[in-house]
Amino acid sequence: MLRYVLQRIVATIPVMGVVAVLVFVLLRLSTGDPAVIMAGDAASEAQLEAIRRHMGLDQPIVVQFFIWLGQVATGDFGTSLHYGMPVTQIIGGRVGPSLSLALLTIALSIAVAVPLGALAAWAHGSILDRLVMSFSVLGFSTPIFVTGYVFVFLLAVKAGWFPIQGYRPLANGVGPWLTALVLPTVSLSTIYIALIARITRSSILEVMGEDFIRTARSKGVAEVQVFMRHALRNAAVPITTIIGIGAAFMISGVVVTESVFNIPGLGRLVVEAVLARDYPLIQALILLFSFVYILINLIVDLLYTVFDPRIRY
Amino acid sequence: MTRPFRTTLATATAVAALMASVPAHADTLQIVMQSRVSVLDATLSTSHQTRNHGYMIHDTLLAIDADGELRPQMAEWEVSEDGTAFTFTLREGLTFHDGAPVTAEDAIASIKRWAQSDRMGRALMPRVTDMRAEDDRTFVIELDFATDLILSAFAKQSGLPLFVLPARLADTEAGTAITEQVGAGPFRFNAELFEPGVRVVYDRFEDYIPRDEPASGLAGGKVVNFDRVERIEMADELTMVNSLLAGEIDYLETIPFDLVPMVEGNPDLIIEIHDTTGFQSLYRFNQLNAPFDNATIRRAAMYALGQEPALQAQIGNPDFFQTCAAVFGCGMPYEFDTHAEMVIEPNPERAAELLEEAGYDGAPVVILQATDIPMIQSIPVVMAQQLRAAGFNVEVQAMDFMTLLSRRSNRGPVEEGGWSIFLTTWHNVEVQDPIRSFTVTANGPDAWAGWPDVPELVELVDTYLVTGDPDERHELARQIHDITLEQGVSVPFGQVVRPTGRRAGIDGILEAPVPVFWNITRD
Repeated sequence: MLRYVLQRIVATIPVMGVVAVLVFVLLRLSTGDPAVIMAGDAASEAQLEAIRRHMGLDQPIVVQFFIWLGQVATGDFGTSLHYGMPVTQIIGGRVGPSLSLALLTIALSIAVAVPLGALAAWAHGSILDRLVMSFSVLGFSTPIFVTGYVFVFLLAVKAGWFPIQGYRPLANGVGPWLTALVLPTVSLSTIYIALIARITRSSILEVMGEDFIRTARSKGVAEVQVFMRHALRNAAVPITTIIGIGAAFMISGVVVTESVFNIPGLGRLVVEAVLARDYPLIQALILLFSFVYILINLIVDLLYTVFDPRIRY
Repeated sequence: MTRPFRTTLATATAVAALMASVPAHADTLQIVMQSRVSVLDATLSTSHQTRNHGYMIHDTLLAIDADGELRPQMAEWEVSEDGTAFTFTLREGLTFHDGAPVTAEDAIASIKRWAQSDRMGRALMPRVTDMRAEDDRTFVIELDFATDLILSAFAKQSGLPLFVLPARLADTEAGTAITEQVGAGPFRFNAELFEPGVRVVYDRFEDYIPRDEPASGLAGGKVVNFDRVERIEMADELTMVNSLLAGEIDYLETIPFDLVPMVEGNPDLIIEIHDTTGFQSLYRFNQLNAPFDNATIRRAAMYALGQEPALQAQIGNPDFFQTCAAVFGCGMPYEFDTHAEMVIEPNPERAAELLEEAGYDGAPVVILQATDIPMIQSIPVVMAQQLRAAGFNVEVQAMDFMTLLSRRSNRGPVEEGGWSIFLTTWHNVEVQDPIRSFTVTANGPDAWAGWPDVPELVELVDTYLVTGDPDERHELARQIHDITLEQGVSVPFGQVVRPTGRRAGIDGILEAPVPVFWNITRD
């Protein structure tokens, strides 16, 4: 197992390398000149040339790439073209809010969706099942920003229970931290609760039709035990897969959520960086996202072995 | 009261106390601007948000008051009898945020850096024959001709205002951004609390000595009544308005036009226009390629396009826009309405006649649409329809403004990624005369995007520069206005003012073309 984990971690290096090359080349091929963006609408060509020279953008792309690669190899991801601050410092300041939002969303989604899906499967064909599935369709079909605005209007503007925007670091206390994250978490979770609940239900229903379930029942095992110990456990692999995929796709979800709730996280940062053509910042962020994506996949693969002992690496 | 109820109540109270967010500092003014500030060097970028940041931490040598009059700010001035030499004397007690006194050498270094980038500075500096410090507080500038434009240039409010920095920073190589935020303004930049794209914190500069006279426009005493101004960066317009409604912020620079009804009638909020000068929208043709390399076809397009339908679609509320044909801005010193018939009302019949006369062959017209500039984002769509109605073959290409700026530098035909028309906005104080306005540049390849080549216009602008008589200048500006429209160099497309929102109790916001945060009080 340990060997497998190490192999997978080593395998991330070439993947990250390919991502680095792709991101670097695509950014340079895309329209947008950081010098123009920095100097503004009225800059003269001489001014722009001076800025490009200062930024190192007057060098051939290959030279720029190897300079950057050399820096990355030493853990230096460069300096933001616009803010003049180390990229790692800027990203470091944004990790907390995104991580908080993502972890709370995953926790809430699992805590609500798995029991909800299991309940729907248990009461298959009943009104409860239909209600859960209706919620699932609605939750999955409603864009996050719509859900967010509705929650803000009802619970923040009208009721005044929660702040409309902003993030409070955990260092300020659990209360403020949690209060600021309730609405964003619930908004972002809606779509994942819908998705996971649906998959949970269908996975359990599929397992419930298997021969070993029939065998368990014929042996006189109590229905609750059949459901919890046999059906739910065997449905865990597809549920874990969908949670993993959901967590990976959350990267795009946080972009919208962070904008609507003005949370200073990585999602908003990547949009700002792209709009400003802040090459070092974009490159570092994409590398970070790629790494997280790979990491989530690895964790999901490892979790398979927990839920299904037949799986061995 | 039963024990369970008391327990529940106590728990609820404790939870509520725990959940309560940390209140902002009582003496903190919380503001949200139209967009975030991404470049902090106010001597490098012409971005309005960078300029706003500049006004917080820097001060200017001279300033314009609410009546448009030139006033001393950091310096008083005297002019020689022949009008060619200016002696500036810095106020006593001026100090930079790092504790160093502001000296004449600092002012000279700042002027030199500013003049490398600013259009007025670039025009005037070649005519400066000497610039020297007489002592710590006095410096002299001599020119090879008599002009008062140097004073207007030093007091310019927007574009690149002349901010005074320590010489050690102002001497930074051209094109290199200054990363240390040290000025002599009424606020000091709090580097420790600065979070790029999240918030910018300004603390009152305790050693700042305001002028004695009351604040007026960007002139007068800059008295700061808050310990701190916290600028919160927000990306979402609805979130901005909701935050103002809920009292989470005190001031919102721009209420999006379509969200004004959300705020109107709320007794806790006040909507005002603090910047009555406003913004000019304008479009420019690419004159290097077909079809707009033909002056008759340019005129046809100008007749085809009418301002009111597009402004109605974009702004909606007539309180916030007006049609305007003045190249140097309506309500500004050089407001002229010659050729208004070409640019205000749509006249598709006349446009069609001109197209036929010019032999238009259906060459494609590509309009660049900046989808992230709230003041103009919808206008290109209306323009396209108006041009099509006159017989043009039009395509609108949507992109963010930063992409537009890069795309606009492509001088090739549309088949090679070029463009035909782009639309942008300038603040009226940035286009109010021929020297500071980029919109009248017509020196071919060296001109602003569109690259019109109209030597007569260039000559008139040069003449304006060296003309001292106000009446002659006025006449020259009129001629420049006329030729600009006759040749389709730049075409005004209406004027817009922005509604600003504030919480009731926040008073003293100054009427000025730049949002500034001195003089403000809270009841």
